[in-house]
Amino acid sequence: MLRLLYDHMDEVTALVLFGIGFTTLLLNKNLIKKIIGFSMMDSGVYLFLASYGYIETRVAPIYENGITDPSHYVNPLPAGLVLTGIVVGVSVTAIMLGLTVRLYQRYHTLDIDEIAELVRKEGK
Amino acid sequence: MQLWQNIPLFLIVCPLMCAVVCSVLKGKAARGVMAALSALVCVGMGLVLFFSARMGESYAYPMGAIGAPYGNELRVGITEGIVGLAFSLVIFLSVLGGWRKLKADVPENKIHLYAAMVCLLTSAMSAMTFTNDLFTSYVFIEISTIAACALISATNKGRTLYGAARYMLMNLLGSGLFLLGVSMLYCLTGHLLFPQIEEHVKMLLSSRQYLTPLSLSFVLMTLGIAIKSALYPFHTWLPNAYASTTVASSALLSSLISKMYIFLLIKIFFRSAGAQLFAEGIGDFLFMFAVVGIVMGSVDAIREHHLSRMVAYSSVAQIGYIFLGISLGTEAGMAAALFHILAHSAAKSMLFLASGKLREVSEKGDGFRNVRGAGFRAPLAGAAFAVGACSLIGVPLLGGFASKIFLAQAGIELGGWRMAVVLGALAVSTVLNVIYMLRTTLTLYRPSGRQEMVKSPLRKDVCFTVAILALIALNVFLGVAGGQVMEWIHRGIALFV
Repeated sequence: MLRLLYDHMDEVTALVLFGIGFTTLLLNKNLIKKIIGFSMMDSGVYLFLASYGYIETRVAPIYENGITDPSHYVNPLPAGLVLTGIVVGVSVTAIMLGLTVRLYQRYHTLDIDEIAELVRKEGK
Repeated sequence: MQLWQNIPLFLIVCPLMCAVVCSVLKGKAARGVMAALSALVCVGMGLVLFFSARMGESYAYPMGAIGAPYGNELRVGITEGIVGLAFSLVIFLSVLGGWRKLKADVPENKIHLYAAMVCLLTSAMSAMTFTNDLFTSYVFIEISTIAACALISATNKGRTLYGAARYMLMNLLGSGLFLLGVSMLYCLTGHLLFPQIEEHVKMLLSSRQYLTPLSLSFVLMTLGIAIKSALYPFHTWLPNAYASTTVASSALLSSLISKMYIFLLIKIFFRSAGAQLFAEGIGDFLFMFAVVGIVMGSVDAIREHHLSRMVAYSSVAQIGYIFLGISLGTEAGMAAALFHILAHSAAKSMLFLASGKLREVSEKGDGFRNVRGAGFRAPLAGAAFAVGACSLIGVPLLGGFASKIFLAQAGIELGGWRMAVVLGALAVSTVLNVIYMLRTTLTLYRPSGRQEMVKSPLRKDVCFTVAILALIALNVFLGVAGGQVMEWIHRGIALFV
């Protein structure tokens, strides 16, 4: 069992990271901590993809020393997916932070439950 | 390759360009671009549908020099044409119907950004309709999430900001799960295009290898999309997000956002051999969630005392119908789900536009007490609300009736305990629908003495009139020509899978 976990250390770490991020995003009341959780969750997925695309003894897919044999290089696609994912994650984080700033300016708190309470009072 | 086969690509790229252009234009020009674009996309979708129906087969459109299996591609057929046409019509009519209110709700110096977001949403809609690539669909899911969040928070009120934050948080959970599912499936199959994924999934299934990770990846993707499209237990973000914002936004979001994801889910299930995994139990789970959602969404709607929030809750029940169709796992079920996507989009955007107008002609918001007699003050909006309500209840000659018939037929075809549950759920939910929809419609037409003479502040709202009339016509068309539309959908499905 431990041997199995050790052999798949990257995947296990990635899933643990994903789990920590997911629960933080779901359960934490603080908006900033929720956003941190989201970043961790995404990082977990990126680690998962990146570790899948990494093969020991192979190098990044850029021609060097005239070697054209494909078995010398790794598949560039997972790295491309991770890059795209990072761009998406950054923009989502930005818009979420912007929303948080506007909510904070209005209600002077970062606690989502308190904000809900204030919104309800405002409605009456 | 013929010239028209390039249209889908432009339906994705043009809105993206327009979004960029809109963001630097002045308010009025940007609004013009937005309206012209959404009309143009309607025409484009219509052309795609026309030509692909005439050609009689679907085709794959390679993006760039690298073709399959590693490049990116679009896949276009009759089904995509029908769904895309319905979505683009709804975008156009929602924007048109909410035109006047938009000017009042969104500050003039922000309206060009609103237009940019509508363009982004249109682009995401086309991309999700046509793409044949799993990761591309993830990227456009995120684009549509961002656009939707901006559309919700367009009116600078506390409630809309809170609604947008809740929407965003739930959707981040959903997209995280979806991304993990996509990554796992990619690791298992080594491909992102649906045909190649299908091939490898079938191979894995027949050799009984990696069954657990394979089902897990499909479960994660389904769960992600279920959260994002507000299937019952995950619907908590929906009422605040839909009900509090400007009319055009809520009409757009309610009829578009969740349906786009569901169409994607249909693709995932039926194009990447996910349907075979139904036998392994995913279908049953989804079936339970859908049935519970149908009943509980209606119960929540009955307990609600505000017009637009009630309409929002009834969306939860309707999403349940669509998932019910998908979870049957048969072709008839999928066709019924697709038809319900069309019927519900037409009815729900009309209901939101109408309830926005009814709220406008009533003092002090849209609580049931305030909208009493509003049907007399805004006759067209009242009539539209009545038509939409009848459609959702399932009165003959309207879209909702046809889709309930098709769902029941799909259930009967399947037989066994599922048939009993489908018919039971349909019966119970029809009764519940009658309770809340009829009660509301009666409230709208109950004379209220004092307020009766208050006239609408916007006497002549031509855009709204045109949009509402078109939507009523669309609903009636779906009801009357339901069989014909269904025949087209079946023809499309034959090419789709």
